[in-house]
Amino acid sequence: MIGFELSDDQKALQETARKFARNEMWPKAPHHDKTSEFPHEIMKKAFEAGLMNLSIPQDLGGPGFAILDQCIITEEIAYGCVGMGTSMMANDLALTPIILAGTPEQKQRFVKPFAEKLKYASFGLTEPGHGSDAAGMETRIEKKGDHYLLNGSKCWITNGGVADQLTVFCTIDRKLGPKGICAIVVDKNMPGVSVGKHEDKMGQRASETVVLNFEDVKIPFDRLLGKEGEGFKIAMQTLDRTRPLVAISGVGVARAALEHAVKYSKERKQFGQPISGFQGIQFMLADMAADVEASRLLTWESAWMIDAGKPASMYSSFAKRVSTDTAMKVTTDAVQVFGGYGYVKEYPVEKLMRDAKLLQIYEGTNQIQRVVIARELLKQF
Amino acid sequence: MKILCTVKRVTDPEVKLKIGADQKSIATDNLKYVLNPFDEIAVEEAIRLRDKHQGEVIVVSVGPSDVSTQLRTALAMGADRAIQIVHAGELDSDGVARLLQKVYEQEKPDVVLMGKLSVDNDSWQAGPLLAEYLGLPQATYASKNDSLESDNEKNKVPGITIEGTTATVVREADGGIETLKVQLPAVITTDLRLNIPRYPSLPNIMKAKKKEIKEHTPQSLGVDVTPKVRVLKFELPPARKAGVKVADSAELLAKLRSEAKVIS
Ligand SMILES: Cc1cc2nc3c(=O)[nH]c(=O)nc-3n(C[C@H](O)[C@H](O)[C@H](O)COP(=O)(O)OP(=O)(O)OC[C@H]3O[C@@H](n4cnc5c(N)ncnc54)[C@H](O)[C@@H]3O)c2cc1C
Repeated sequence: MIGFELSDDQKALQETARKFARNEMWPKAPHHDKTSEFPHEIMKKAFEAGLMNLSIPQDLGGPGFAILDQCIITEEIAYGCVGMGTSMMANDLALTPIILAGTPEQKQRFVKPFAEKLKYASFGLTEPGHGSDAAGMETRIEKKGDHYLLNGSKCWITNGGVADQLTVFCTIDRKLGPKGICAIVVDKNMPGVSVGKHEDKMGQRASETVVLNFEDVKIPFDRLLGKEGEGFKIAMQTLDRTRPLVAISGVGVARAALEHAVKYSKERKQFGQPISGFQGIQFMLADMAADVEASRLLTWESAWMIDAGKPASMYSSFAKRVSTDTAMKVTTDAVQVFGGYGYVKEYPVEKLMRDAKLLQIYEGTNQIQRVVIARELLKQF
Repeated sequence: MKILCTVKRVTDPEVKLKIGADQKSIATDNLKYVLNPFDEIAVEEAIRLRDKHQGEVIVVSVGPSDVSTQLRTALAMGADRAIQIVHAGELDSDGVARLLQKVYEQEKPDVVLMGKLSVDNDSWQAGPLLAEYLGLPQATYASKNDSLESDNEKNKVPGITIEGTTATVVREADGGIETLKVQLPAVITTDLRLNIPRYPSLPNIMKAKKKEIKEHTPQSLGVDVTPKVRVLKFELPPARKAGVKVADSAELLAKLRSEAKVIS
């Protein structure tokens, strides 16, 4: 059966998230975009309203939302400000490996505290020399007596500066390739952990992105997730689950851009009539609306597949590729509808265009999504 | 302490309204509904009072079957249980007050909190009418002396002070702020500057499902709600005219005098 009606619960979650986005995030978004200040106040309110840590299971004190429910909430958040949204989602990205692969004791220790109090966790996979090719990573651990020693650095780490805890992927033997990768939980206060450069980004400037350095950090064995060599699998399983959330963020940004474009087109007059009267503008708006709708449905489908326990890698890659390309196209067209006014910071759409770009890059570039899709596709026939 | 708090669903102020084909109603296709903002303030105040004085918060709403959505929102904010009077047809403030009168008689609360008005019809009547029918004291437009940025507000301290059977209400009057003491039980209506309502947290939204919503109808309460107010016609406000720029204050004064005729 196919049904598109949201349940009463889902409608209520959507309404709260929408209201939060409209009243708390949207008005503050330009300030944080301009200054790149971390939105501490908003994060505090979001935590209190339960808009963070959506994936923490109920037995660990969280809401344990299905991915589809998370998508419904996250679309609204991204509509409010996707930069803040990226920082709000970072905990889920960092905690998912522990939820998936941690022992009950590790979950109590490393996940539960996040449901109780506002804390930040970061996901550290990417390195300066290894982005798309994450399996080639150089950050390493070696066994030394009763602990590991961690050395190396990670870059582009969302919330890395404010983080209390880090989920770090590292190799125990580079010769083993993906099979040598381990996932560990690092306390940010451990000696040897330091925060490097804060990136000065083009968009999503409310989100914090930093370099993290590790120098002889002592990691007790009980901070290893799963077994040695299982880290890459854990990372990929994590990204399979979080990809629909990046996709739906694209839908949220695109929807915001579409709304602005429609409203503006009815206000702006040229040649004696609102520009919304020109078919050239109407067609652009019509395509934008259709793309937003199609992207949302594809993303919901991928989320539904994950929730149903079906193999969903290809579908979540479909969703990420299509929805974030939609975000880029729709925000670009929104700037076009605004004309010159779209190109300046006094109007809201250029920010959306800058914000959208990141969605095509992080959590696997859209080229890498195509690699995943093609690999699956070629296996099928 | 038992607090009865009324909530109404209203058309989402962000949605553009259209007048229905009969010209006597608002077109309901594609309408979105939200909790009346003034009622949200009443619910927030009720929760704060309950948290301070113990007891329970009962929310009540009159409307079609799907106003359960707004009742669930109030339950998710922290109300303990809900009463829904299912009625889909026309209804005026008098009908609402008479229905609430019955609910009051069944529940016997210590205080009734209501929004001072609902943002759709803007009639400001239900609260005062209810107090009148019940023969209870009333304090309308409850506000507070603290600013909404204050620590008291941050710590969710109630703006209405209750000691024994007396409530002290700071209210907004035309000339400024006025302080009233009313004997409980009483009807208190809430104004905008009383508090900042909380967001229903997402986990609480899920928990609210388990809370009770008891259903009534006007018939089961024995109330005839045939409206006494007759709607003749709805009209959109005239489109706003473009502004004009004036060169200096002398020209402004001249225009205010001769064109706008607001000063003499
Ligand atoms: C703001 C921001 C926040 C981020 N947050 C995090 C985080 O919290 N944690 C984390 O671990 N990482 C994070 N990242 C890193 C992000 O996931 C990587 O930037 C991304 O995976 C791409 O890696 P790269 O930048 O090294 O690009 P590269 O891998 O160098 O790619 C460069 C170009 O080559 C293309 N390319 C690469 N390989 C192929 C191929 N096989 N076929 C076709 N094209 C290919 C890419 O698509 C891209 O267009 C973040 C990045 C940014 C910008």
